[in-house]
Amino acid sequence: MTAESTVDNRGAPVPRVGLARRLMASPVLRKNLGAAAGLLAVFILFTALLAATRGLSFADPANLETILRQTTIVALAALGATIVIVSGGIDLSVGAVIALATVVIAGLLRAGAPPTLAALGGLAAGLACGALNGLLVTRLRLVPFIVTLGTMLVIRGVAKGLAHDQKIDAPTSWLNELLARLPAGRAWLLFPAGVWLLFLLAFAVGGLLLYTRLGRHVFAVGSNEQAARLCGIPVARVKLAVYVLGGFFAGVAGLMQFSRLTVGDPTGANGLELNVIAAVVIGGGSLSGGEGSIAGALIGALIMQTLQSGCSQMGWPNWVQEIVTGAIIVAAVALDRFRHRRSA
Amino acid sequence: MRGVRKRFGATQALGGVDLVVASGEVHALLGQNGAGKSTLMKVLSGAIQPDAGEMRIDGAPYAPAEPLDARRAGVAMIYQELSLAPHLTVADNILLGAEPVRRGLLDRAAMRDRAARALAELQHPAIRPGAVAGALPIAAQQIVEIARAVAIGCRVLVLDEPTSSLAQADAEALFALIARLRAQGHAIIYITHFIEEAQRLADRFTVLRDGHTVGAGGARGGGEMATATVPVIVDLMVGRRVEQLYPRGARNVDRKREPLLEVTDLRGARKPERASFTLHRGEVLGIAGLVGAGRTELLRALAGLDPVVSGRVRLGAYSGSATPGVRWAQGMALVSENRKEEGLALGLSVTDNLTLSKVPTLVRPSALRPLTARWIAQLDVRCQGPDQPIGELSGGNQQKIAIARLLHHGVDVLLLDEPTRGIDVASKAQIYDLIDGLVTREDPPKAVLMVSSYLPELLGVCDRIAVMCRGRLGPARPASEWTEASLVHEAALGSDTDSEAA
Repeated sequence: MTAESTVDNRGAPVPRVGLARRLMASPVLRKNLGAAAGLLAVFILFTALLAATRGLSFADPANLETILRQTTIVALAALGATIVIVSGGIDLSVGAVIALATVVIAGLLRAGAPPTLAALGGLAAGLACGALNGLLVTRLRLVPFIVTLGTMLVIRGVAKGLAHDQKIDAPTSWLNELLARLPAGRAWLLFPAGVWLLFLLAFAVGGLLLYTRLGRHVFAVGSNEQAARLCGIPVARVKLAVYVLGGFFAGVAGLMQFSRLTVGDPTGANGLELNVIAAVVIGGGSLSGGEGSIAGALIGALIMQTLQSGCSQMGWPNWVQEIVTGAIIVAAVALDRFRHRRSA
Repeated sequence: MRGVRKRFGATQALGGVDLVVASGEVHALLGQNGAGKSTLMKVLSGAIQPDAGEMRIDGAPYAPAEPLDARRAGVAMIYQELSLAPHLTVADNILLGAEPVRRGLLDRAAMRDRAARALAELQHPAIRPGAVAGALPIAAQQIVEIARAVAIGCRVLVLDEPTSSLAQADAEALFALIARLRAQGHAIIYITHFIEEAQRLADRFTVLRDGHTVGAGGARGGGEMATATVPVIVDLMVGRRVEQLYPRGARNVDRKREPLLEVTDLRGARKPERASFTLHRGEVLGIAGLVGAGRTELLRALAGLDPVVSGRVRLGAYSGSATPGVRWAQGMALVSENRKEEGLALGLSVTDNLTLSKVPTLVRPSALRPLTARWIAQLDVRCQGPDQPIGELSGGNQQKIAIARLLHHGVDVLLLDEPTRGIDVASKAQIYDLIDGLVTREDPPKAVLMVSSYLPELLGVCDRIAVMCRGRLGPARPASEWTEASLVHEAALGSDTDSEAA
């Protein structure tokens, strides 16, 4: 924090400062500089590697669009997970909820429901799972890790049961175009609808966290639950809302997953919750609560997808990707902690 | 230690401290909270590095880069919050980091032996090496920690407020233990703000204030004794006459009017067992009593944080029990005694903490910042600005924000639990000033219910004081009718009228 943008010892407000400095003083930007720099570094690295070894252009607009489309599912789920993690909780059931949502959507479509209704059905399934998590956390007062570890298995089981342990084929509809590459006629849209939806929801959730009472309460509960209670914040209601939102965004991610797969797959998105959590944490979220941002989580999701995409275009096998991704997660968080200590 | 200095940002925590301790000596380090005692000890233990100055042990330069260096050099710290691993046994704890190993395996028998020997040396053989540390009483845990220091061969022992959590008998045992350690030739630095304790125990003393050594001398015997009378030390610690600490405007309490808060036979889940009192606008009611008497529980029940089992709470037009949120809306709220764990969200900004109870539905940070800046100016809070995480502020400044939260919300009844615990004397004076201003102001005056264990503060600030003893609240009497002695007496033995009633 610069001395100019502050209030001096006696508390007298200081004169207005320039826009650039005000932007730098904005927490959203300052806190995500590190993650953004990381994304840029990964990106430049692969651009150079690919150009040098294979003569491919990583920065090609078409390639960027592909990366963005592929990031959408994890990023959507990360919107909800950010809220959950900022509140000091965790949601391990995300992958299972995504699978359940695809099953519900495919099932409804196969039964002849219009696509809109099927999509709403998938979102409702996500909401219901989130409400279940929230009720268990607040009513039984169990640790969220345990609750969502349990519901992860329960929800996965329900999905498999509903689908009779098989993939559900569904008639094609406009739902399948949500994440598909745009046809030439509609290239002016820049991105398919799913990506736009991600942008829209990201702004909505970012605004929710920073500029609404609920958002500030989520930070307060995550930072110090006891202090929140002392201040009259309805802690249980806040937590319930947090998990419902988490479930909802997992449902939206499920809708996108269905759009990409075109089938309802009860075994899909296995372990995806870990990618989601990693995205939030790489983006500066703290698993002990009170810290995290939507911008950070999006950057985190992009870093991981860029890595994956870069590795596969380099022709590296899957296991190399996994090792690199794991190392990046640890390195990113370690760097973040290091910066924290220095600024403290 | 000579000329040790340390700055934290704009705060000069230590500005030139000299400290000389000989072996076989108990050296008392006195000072108010915030005087720099803890910072000095962190420097000594290697937890932080000084900006200037030098330290020597037995003439050899000593510059610990981390706590392990300090241990190697024979310096051990016994902190107020004990640092035992509660799940491990006493023997495990005593030899933690110095476990005897035979053929690659832990030598359990040797561990038990050495632990037992260390405990016997301290004349506390009753503590079994096999016991689980977390299950022992606090006093025994403290002995285990001292045994650890002795077992690994430390010669400089630093004890930070060691009696703060001990009962009288345990404290006596500790004093005897310290005397034995002194006789064995250990150098002991004894940090306290109980002057009487220092006088009994210490050979010499050093007084810190605002990060400077302001006085030193012999506490017992010798020609220097004359300099070490209690008032002299108090003056050194406080740096000004004590009477000025408690400002008192004209308090016009209209007792004929209906009281703002009326509590009748309040009973909580465990404590309080019975509490009745009235509180008018424009007065400060103090509650004295021993730790554990149920004072905090009373405030928590009033604030809606703990359940009310029976009894009546009438607050203005409202009666009955309520949740914390409802209490805030009714105009009564608590400033917790435990700022770090309950009072404040340390990671969040000053603004967030200030407005936590009253977040607007849509938050406009640009609108909140000037508001916070106003409170910062009004209460003379030292900070970098509204966006600074509150955890970076000093205790006194944190407390001002915790109280400002109530004022910002516009509550009428302020429940203050140990409002000056752990804050520096300058901030204390400001908080007394603030409380006085709240109850003497015109538009309309507030009412304050204040729990404190520091009796001069209660006597100085309150209009009336009631004493809580074993969950029962005695009758409130004007502060002028109390003395420290009578407060202590009633806190320990209960109220006469109460025992008649029972």
